[in-house]
Amino acid sequence: MAGSAKTEKFDNKTIQWINDRLPVFSMMQDEYGKFPTPRNFNYFWNFGAIAMAMLGIMIVTGIFLAMHYVPTGSMAFESIERMSRDVNYGWLLRYAHMNGASFFFIAVYIHIFRGLFYGSYKKPRELIWIFGVVIMLLMMATAFMGYALPWSQMSGWGVTVITSLFSAVPLVGDGLVTWLWGGFSIDSPTLNRFYALHFLLPFVICAVVFVHVWALHVTGSNNPTGVEPKSEKDTIPFSPYYTTKDSFGTVVFLVLFMAMVFFAPLLLTEPDHFRQFDPMQTPSHIVPEWYFLPFYAILRAFTLDISIPFTHIVLLTAKLQGVLAMFGSILLLLFLPWIDTSPVRSARCRPIYKWCLMLLVVAMVALGYAGAKPPEGAAVWFGRAGTFYYFLHFLVIVPWLGKNEKTLPLPKSIHEEVED
Amino acid sequence: MKKTVLFSALLLTLSSQAFAAEEIVLPKQHWPHKSLFGAYDKAAVQRGFQVYKEVCSSCHALKFLSYRNLGDLGYTPDEVKAVAAQFTVTDGPNDDGEMFERTALPSDHFKSPFKNDKAARAANNGALPPDMSLLVKARESGEDYIFGVLTGFEDAPAGVEMQPGMNYNKYFPGHQIAMAKPLSDGQVGYSDGTGASLEQEARDVTQFLAWASEPHMEQRKQTGLKVILFLLAFAGIMYKAKKKIWAKLK
Repeated sequence: MAGSAKTEKFDNKTIQWINDRLPVFSMMQDEYGKFPTPRNFNYFWNFGAIAMAMLGIMIVTGIFLAMHYVPTGSMAFESIERMSRDVNYGWLLRYAHMNGASFFFIAVYIHIFRGLFYGSYKKPRELIWIFGVVIMLLMMATAFMGYALPWSQMSGWGVTVITSLFSAVPLVGDGLVTWLWGGFSIDSPTLNRFYALHFLLPFVICAVVFVHVWALHVTGSNNPTGVEPKSEKDTIPFSPYYTTKDSFGTVVFLVLFMAMVFFAPLLLTEPDHFRQFDPMQTPSHIVPEWYFLPFYAILRAFTLDISIPFTHIVLLTAKLQGVLAMFGSILLLLFLPWIDTSPVRSARCRPIYKWCLMLLVVAMVALGYAGAKPPEGAAVWFGRAGTFYYFLHFLVIVPWLGKNEKTLPLPKSIHEEVED
Repeated sequence: MKKTVLFSALLLTLSSQAFAAEEIVLPKQHWPHKSLFGAYDKAAVQRGFQVYKEVCSSCHALKFLSYRNLGDLGYTPDEVKAVAAQFTVTDGPNDDGEMFERTALPSDHFKSPFKNDKAARAANNGALPPDMSLLVKARESGEDYIFGVLTGFEDAPAGVEMQPGMNYNKYFPGHQIAMAKPLSDGQVGYSDGTGASLEQEARDVTQFLAWASEPHMEQRKQTGLKVILFLLAFAGIMYKAKKKIWAKLK
């Protein structure tokens, strides 16, 4: 990047003057203008740009909501209700932010599926993938803390369920929970720290997105064939080709998002979200937001304590197993570039992997169903089967296929594939 | 194919949330404001306000509403002022440091019937009449639930043991509700001459409460239509632009 600053010439003198001193324009030119990009992206490759747009929308709506929000146990619920009624377009800010979280996760989950399907996490893109998993973890933390802020029955009791998980940690568990709460029960101090972190984390996400994209611009993008570009015929400049394609995809996504905001803003919201938090009254059915349901189901899939036979000494409580499995299910993704040893990236050329990945999607749906239901009857078995397949997929099937799968012949190059 | 799988995954996950453990089947009513572009039936909402004012408001607060909000229902500024003027509110402290009573203004919040929750419980045999500002959004099945409870009072079937002070209601979870039957035929005399049957009153007050819980619904739907039309046109233009630019590649 540094070397190209000298050679760049701009017609506009002001731009040239700035560029000689700080080569931002050369950088934009190199990274978003000329940046050579595989010519064969399908619409799955829109979702990075879409996720970035959603991050922007969440930050902008969030900042305006923060101007009217009062982060105190006695005022939080009321301040949100008042801003939706009495602030100009307050209802719009609130509904866009609420549903924006869902659409942010939709975009990111599709983006992750794209990565899994086309093997985008493989050498040399391991770091891009790892930064991506970190972004997802940060998003989950941010979304969870944001869910607490309206201080409704769902907020307060959701926080109770999730923070209480840390009590499963041996020896220090109870102390840890008190430390997280800032007291011996969930109250204003808990809300206050969640608000501070909910405001901070999106900017941390921005920073990790920056390195995610930076690393991408070092290796270049993967593509549907999974074959690296070999000649200039295989690539096209990012702009105008992908700027226009990404813009089109983003606007289509916005149509769906806005349809939800304006015509069905409460479709994903539980009625208990409109009752103020009452620590003395537990709602009949506490459910997390849809994007947490599969992981919530993994948490609840474990119901048997593991103890030393013929004694009452419990080695691993069911609760701790669930907590470890839930966090493990996400953390293991960090190691995926090394778990999957197959040299072939794209599932297009991996006939068995392709169907195993589809099964993983089915398992996630089963887990989502199990997470939404009370833990009884069929839901329990959906949860166990889904959890079993999730770990089987990543810990057994993927490593095994890496060694034994007969892959299809790879296309010779991207442009030959496109021209066929 | 992949997209369909993923999307049906999402839909399944979403729809499964809608079921709640509940065997009570509420009678489904037609609510004009629930359709895609549906607006509130202003006449019904106004009648519902009369029911609220004459019946419900003796126990149930509506703390997120101000008298000025009634202007949205088609009342003139003078009418709103007249409604507010029926109430006295506590204001202050004045320059002498004393709280004082004054006539309510359109800018005041609806006056609550009780000083606080403890006072409300004390006057209601220990039960707390919920604030009604968000009731429609805070109950599973919203409008149908409220209409059901208002019309679901009957004598307890033989064999059902009622707790002291409780009333039997076929649509209330558990069937024992602290609220006594609030509405009956002819409970209010509608100023627009509509016949005040129990069902009519229940339907009207439910629509009033739906408006109270989502007063911006009409503005939301109207703005939404414009936003969607704009975005669709924008998407069309972007598609054309993309096509034209990509045509150079061939």
